[in-house]
Amino acid sequence: MSFLSRYIFSTNHKTIGIQYFVLALTAALLGTALSVLMRLHLTYPEAKIRLFEILWPNAAAGGVMTPELYLSLMTMHGTIMVFFVLTTVPQGGFGNFFLPLQIGAEDMAFPRINMLSFWATALAFLVLCSAFVVEGGAPLAGWTAYPPLSAVGSIAGPGMGKGMTLWVVSIALFCAASLMGAINFITTILEMRTRGMSLFRMPLTCWAWLVTALISLFAFAVLFAAGILLLLDREAGTSFFLPAGLVINDRILDRKGGSPLLWQHLFWFFGHPEVYIAILPGMGVVSTVLSVFSRKPVFGYRAMVWAMLAIGFLGFLVWGHHMFISGMSPYSSLAFSVLTLAIGVPSAVKTFNWLGTILGGRLHLETAMLWALAFVSVFVTGGLSGIALGQPALDMYFHDTYFVVGHFHIIMGVAAVFSILAGTFYWWPKMTGRMLSETLGRVHFYVTFLGVYAVFIPMHFAGIVGNPRRYSDFGQFEFLKDVQGLHKFITHAAFLTAAVQLLFIFNLIWSLYRGKKAGDNPWNATTLEWLPPSHQPHIVVRGAYDYSVPGARRDFLMQNESNGQ
Amino acid sequence: MFFAILLWITAFAVAAGFFVKRWWFPPPISRHAMAFDSLFAANLIAGGIIFLAVQLALGFVIFRYRDRGQRATFSTGSTRLEIILISLTAILFLGAVAASSGLWSAVHFTSMQSSDLKIETAGKQFAWSFRYPGPDGKFGKTDVRLINDAAGNPFGIPDDDAAGKDDIATSALRIPAGRPVQLLLHSHDVLHNFFVRELRVKQDLVPGMEIPLRIQADKTGEYEIACSELCGLGHHQMRSVLIVMPAAEFDAWLAQQGKRKQ
Amino acid sequence: MNVAAAGARRRASFTGLYAFFATMIMFFGAFTSAMVVRRGASKDWQGVPTPNLLWINTGVLALSSVVAERARRDLQNGNRRLFNTLWAAATVLGACFVAGQIIVWRDLQQAGVYINSHSGGAFFYVGTVAHAAHLAGGWIAMVYLLVRAFSLQLGPGRRTAVDITTLYWHFLGVLWLYLLWLFWFWGNWE
Repeated sequence: MSFLSRYIFSTNHKTIGIQYFVLALTAALLGTALSVLMRLHLTYPEAKIRLFEILWPNAAAGGVMTPELYLSLMTMHGTIMVFFVLTTVPQGGFGNFFLPLQIGAEDMAFPRINMLSFWATALAFLVLCSAFVVEGGAPLAGWTAYPPLSAVGSIAGPGMGKGMTLWVVSIALFCAASLMGAINFITTILEMRTRGMSLFRMPLTCWAWLVTALISLFAFAVLFAAGILLLLDREAGTSFFLPAGLVINDRILDRKGGSPLLWQHLFWFFGHPEVYIAILPGMGVVSTVLSVFSRKPVFGYRAMVWAMLAIGFLGFLVWGHHMFISGMSPYSSLAFSVLTLAIGVPSAVKTFNWLGTILGGRLHLETAMLWALAFVSVFVTGGLSGIALGQPALDMYFHDTYFVVGHFHIIMGVAAVFSILAGTFYWWPKMTGRMLSETLGRVHFYVTFLGVYAVFIPMHFAGIVGNPRRYSDFGQFEFLKDVQGLHKFITHAAFLTAAVQLLFIFNLIWSLYRGKKAGDNPWNATTLEWLPPSHQPHIVVRGAYDYSVPGARRDFLMQNESNGQ
Repeated sequence: MFFAILLWITAFAVAAGFFVKRWWFPPPISRHAMAFDSLFAANLIAGGIIFLAVQLALGFVIFRYRDRGQRATFSTGSTRLEIILISLTAILFLGAVAASSGLWSAVHFTSMQSSDLKIETAGKQFAWSFRYPGPDGKFGKTDVRLINDAAGNPFGIPDDDAAGKDDIATSALRIPAGRPVQLLLHSHDVLHNFFVRELRVKQDLVPGMEIPLRIQADKTGEYEIACSELCGLGHHQMRSVLIVMPAAEFDAWLAQQGKRKQ
Repeated sequence: MNVAAAGARRRASFTGLYAFFATMIMFFGAFTSAMVVRRGASKDWQGVPTPNLLWINTGVLALSSVVAERARRDLQNGNRRLFNTLWAAATVLGACFVAGQIIVWRDLQQAGVYINSHSGGAFFYVGTVAHAAHLAGGWIAMVYLLVRAFSLQLGPGRRTAVDITTLYWHFLGVLWLYLLWLFWFWGNWE
């Protein structure tokens, strides 16, 4: 095999998994760097910062960021994090590497489509990043790209010309890649399981990948359609999202009859399920890690499966809670509110079952376990603020304030990232053959855990004061004077939290060269990926979480292992 | 064990932040705002109890069952417990919807009265304009081609329209205290959002739509209006003020403005 | 490859195709809801054009489906020569359909129905072009299979690709009928 076919255009699921992981790590570093720059500008809007001038000689001439530059960083931060980090690692990264191993398949069902899917994702990322360097810079419409702002071209501001077009193209490519991935995952799980691996013997990670793939299959198709219509509004002069009588920048537009709300409906029909695309695989990882490190079976395995299916299904019926104040019928707001809180029920089931899993266990508090426990903590915190936001009467105040920013960063960003970190610490030995440093891991964990609470809880307070999000400067309003101290605190906490992530990167690199050699099954786990490589198919005889089974010869039984007396 | 203690400290610190209320809502100026505040308080208390209970329980389990060489108990779940928990959370969540739907209905389903004062509220990148119908009680026609801010015609009212002659355009929103007012929200360019913190009300302005919003303020004073839907690079400076005047003073102001126009 | 593995691959191919159908249904579902909303949103709706040539194109596509289905059954029964002939015919008919669509688009443009000037026409172009793009994918697969058939690489035991492609082709036919109904009924009803 040549270098190219082995490492670049490989069809091997492990290589593709690693490729996704590396791509997402790059994206995560870029996205984090952007957020640090944004915080810096927000806290010191007038300071002359040399770094800004070096990076953007025009948009930050003299070292002061222009509002449009700030908004473009915000747009890119959101897009990169949601699509290229949260959607990519848990499914494309971990899923590709571990799904075939866990169900005893040789590879994914369609290896060539798998390769194509990765390279389309990588291309989408390049197209997105190229928006930084084209004329006008990156778009400033936010990751939700609401028209008319996003649909009328460069008269809406710098970056809304070429930059915005590149954004739409990138998202369309990403949709195509995700659809290919979803088809591959569904087929692999349904058709490629080894003998004895019934659906209800699968590890919860596999169930999570299955539900996530189903959600992707339905949601990304809708975003793809919406993206095409937006592109036509921008480039072909159509009026899908643009009503008559628009006057922008003193120019009268010759469009008529479109509906800006149509985009919001289509976008959030994708956008809300997207939240579950980001978090469900993490839920699978956390369920597994809690079980392994408690030496106890998952509490209520079947309830966990049904809860995920319920979340996946209900996730498609709640998009309207992003639109309570959009001008949509106030009656539908009430219906969406009921459905939104209904989705809290399966989420609560999962939380109870996580607590039930560790209750009465023998908790080994390795770093992977700490991340999983912290996931439960932030999931509860973020879920509770979601209950407030799910009520239209309260959303009428909190919509588009920092309360929302705090909420979704905790529940979607932080929770998903914690589960990714739990998965990284848990699976790294399998991916590389070496252990990560526990000491570095713990320092990184404790600082990050405190850091995210210090960053995102104060944002709720800013939201309670009424602080609108997506403001590049808080100097224009009297009432925002009061929150500037709060924002300074948030910024300092964010710097610390971002800086300590370098420790994690260092840990990864250090481990590759100096990490302790891992055996085949360093955590004494039960699932098939921890068996030594074999050319014979495994025959599964039991469920995925047989820990501390009474009468067994040791406290775990591999899935292909008979009672071993 | 260290993590259990850290978790407890974090949970108490978060709860304390919401308890001391150093950063909090501005005082309410309407009955709706007061109802909002008590609804939020109820949510905060219920949410706070659940938050502390779960975080403390999580810390306790970590502390109690840390590895001390004991044997883990074998348990795969309990359907009965599962059903009880599902029922309890369902009741709690549906209760939350039921408790809050009244407040939403009060804002959106109270029928508009023809006697309400109507004020056209227009957002554009990045300024607010307000239009009062003038002594005749009728808004004149508008034409986007005639919009000219510099000439004091932000709505594009033609010169030859009788109904429009006496219309009053302002850049600050003046309303009488204690009287319901209907804002008719319009936008000619992109999405904007009308937000006054003290009213606890927020509503998008959507081009191509006229969205009515019924508000009432009972306390006189000046309050900031902030755009709360991303509208472009000047989003952060799209500001105006809501001036709530004693009713009599407002009537006098409106009459005087109308006279000046005629 | 042993028999069990080959059977698994065949099943996987069908499952993958069904999953792809699900995405296509969502894609055209989103398109439909956009059209319904757009129609209801304002008073400037112009009916979706349905030129007469469309009915001929519909007939061509239906015939192509029927012929492809016959070819598929002949391959299953081991009648390779007949398969080659019929499959080639179905491929040509597929190309005729696309050619017919191109003529429809050109005629409409000449009649002044442009994507940016006609509210119903915009949906007509988007829907028919999206359908044609999906169809082009299927057509390339048909040509590829034709090449393989002539190089004697297909037979009753190696027919999964033909089965899959035929099924996809039928699906595109049904999708086309749906689009016709949508344009004709939803796009023009008063």
